Amino acid sequence: MKLRLVPSAHLKTHGLTRDVAGIAAFAAVVGALTLALNSGVWLTFIMMALYATLLSQAWNILGGYGGQFSFGHALFFGSGAYVQAVAQLQGGVNAWLALLLAVAAAGAVAAAVGALTFRYGLKGSYFALVTLAFAEVFRVLAVAAPFTGGGVGLMLPLDESVANLQFASRKGYIALALALVVAALLVTAWLRNSRLGAQLQAVRDNEDAARAVGVDPWAVKLRAIVLSGAFMGAGGAFYVQVFQYIDPGIAFGPATSVEALVGAIVGGMGTLWGPVLGAAVLHLLAEVTRNLFGNLPGLNMVIYGCVLVLIVMLLPRGLVGIGRSVRDVWRSRHD
Amino acid sequence: MLDFDILFPSVLNGLTTGAVYALIALGLTLIYGVLHIINFAHGAALMVALYGVYLLKTHLGIDPYLALPIMVPAMFVLGYALQRGIINRASHGKDENILLVTLGLSIVLENLALMLFKSDTRSIETAYTLSTVQIGPAFIALPKLVAFAGALVASAVLLLLVTRTDLGRAIRAVAKEKHGAKLMGIDVDHVYAMSFGIGLACLGAAACFLLPAYYVNPQVGSGFVLVAFTIVVLGGMGSFAGALAGGLLVGVVESLGGLWWGESLGQLGIFALFIGVLLFRPQGLFGART
Repeated sequence: MKLRLVPSAHLKTHGLTRDVAGIAAFAAVVGALTLALNSGVWLTFIMMALYATLLSQAWNILGGYGGQFSFGHALFFGSGAYVQAVAQLQGGVNAWLALLLAVAAAGAVAAAVGALTFRYGLKGSYFALVTLAFAEVFRVLAVAAPFTGGGVGLMLPLDESVANLQFASRKGYIALALALVVAALLVTAWLRNSRLGAQLQAVRDNEDAARAVGVDPWAVKLRAIVLSGAFMGAGGAFYVQVFQYIDPGIAFGPATSVEALVGAIVGGMGTLWGPVLGAAVLHLLAEVTRNLFGNLPGLNMVIYGCVLVLIVMLLPRGLVGIGRSVRDVWRSRHD
Repeated sequence: MLDFDILFPSVLNGLTTGAVYALIALGLTLIYGVLHIINFAHGAALMVALYGVYLLKTHLGIDPYLALPIMVPAMFVLGYALQRGIINRASHGKDENILLVTLGLSIVLENLALMLFKSDTRSIETAYTLSTVQIGPAFIALPKLVAFAGALVASAVLLLLVTRTDLGRAIRAVAKEKHGAKLMGIDVDHVYAMSFGIGLACLGAAACFLLPAYYVNPQVGSGFVLVAFTIVVLGGMGSFAGALAGGLLVGVVESLGGLWWGESLGQLGIFALFIGVLLFRPQGLFGART
């Protein structure tokens, strides 16, 4: 196994400057598009693509940079979503404050799960399975607990005002989602140019070697899962504000976990822009097939699944690695 | 609560369910043990097998138990083809790719079923569906008893196959040291595909035993996936005897948990067991620490 303890190109300061410039450009383009567009279909598309990007970027922090494959990121998503809903409904808390509580709660759940699983050295498939099981435990508990509305779920009363974090126009939600995505991108950019990021990637590439040079894998992975869980919790809170509804299946079911990891892996794990690209392309694919074949239940998802398999088959480095993948095929043909 | 007349039927019921769980988990543990991949399409493949049994019964009038010699080879061929044609080709030897491909396959299979059969839940009628057998104070449904016996026999056959045949030796060699096996002249890709095929053949058998007392719909597999993973982990990943014992144990835990805490919270018993074993004994209840 190759040891890359200090990814030299990443640690130079101009890396962070370039990343931040890229993020600023991204925000400007999305913002300008949003202001220019008035079609509800397109605005909804941008909103949901940003939401999918948020989930994938959250997963990418732990899965892409940390190499810890979670199959249960819905655990953090659902925790954030339920805190967002319960704090407002039962606690009478303002929605903005609830958002902070949701993020903190998701981070706390991530810290607890991470402390336990990393302490016992769970890696690879074992880590994937234990996160999946934790998400299922929370789903069963959400059905049974007295304050979650059980299987029926919770409904937020419709009251559109900025103070309530409910917007009459899609553009308000897009602003919120864009702010969250930009925050996730900035944290990722900081991470990959920071000492913590270098340690995290060292642990990913070779945990024993990293430990031998004085990195504490437990502490490093714990920080990564807390960051990852917090952004996933923000995604859950955003979901509740947009749809004003949450139930145990949506919150803790496997669909959200899958959405988060598929976007990151298809786009390119452990890269800044891979999850953005992956989430956007997959969301576009899902929307197009749904509009074309929506009257035939199942066909759109059959196509989605086939394209997913094809992308993995043809582009092993994800969408951001498309250039290198094509070059490899070219070389192998002409050798 | 600890009355023998209540506990005994509950334990017996758990054992019969657990035997079918074990059969499903045996396929999964074989695939994991040899290919070192988490087969996310396992639940979807079980669903396909259940529809196969259903169609054979409703269209050709073939009894589910007599469908065994059709379903087992059919699922084997499907598994061999999927591994050789798609999974192996798409994986590029990277675990996360295999995971995505099996995930994509399960999405495709589940939604094909949704297209063909709609989301209706279907079951079949047989002469023995409602027959029961009395054992002590317990009345056990006849199909569940047959499933119990069938699962044990199928497990024994699988165990013999892996321990006593040349194919079994090749499978174990590849599972342990794939490069060494290759140098000894073993066709690794073929062994991978054989293992995947046998893993799915177990599902073909499980479906034949399951359907007379169960039902099928496009999502039916997902309920079994986590249970099967639990059993595989309990028994120690890749261990056959462990999967069999783990399956029976999980069946009993589920049944007793349901008795004491009700149907939905009863599942918590399984997950608690699962997380506990993963944390404190990741080598499995019966595995040796390596």
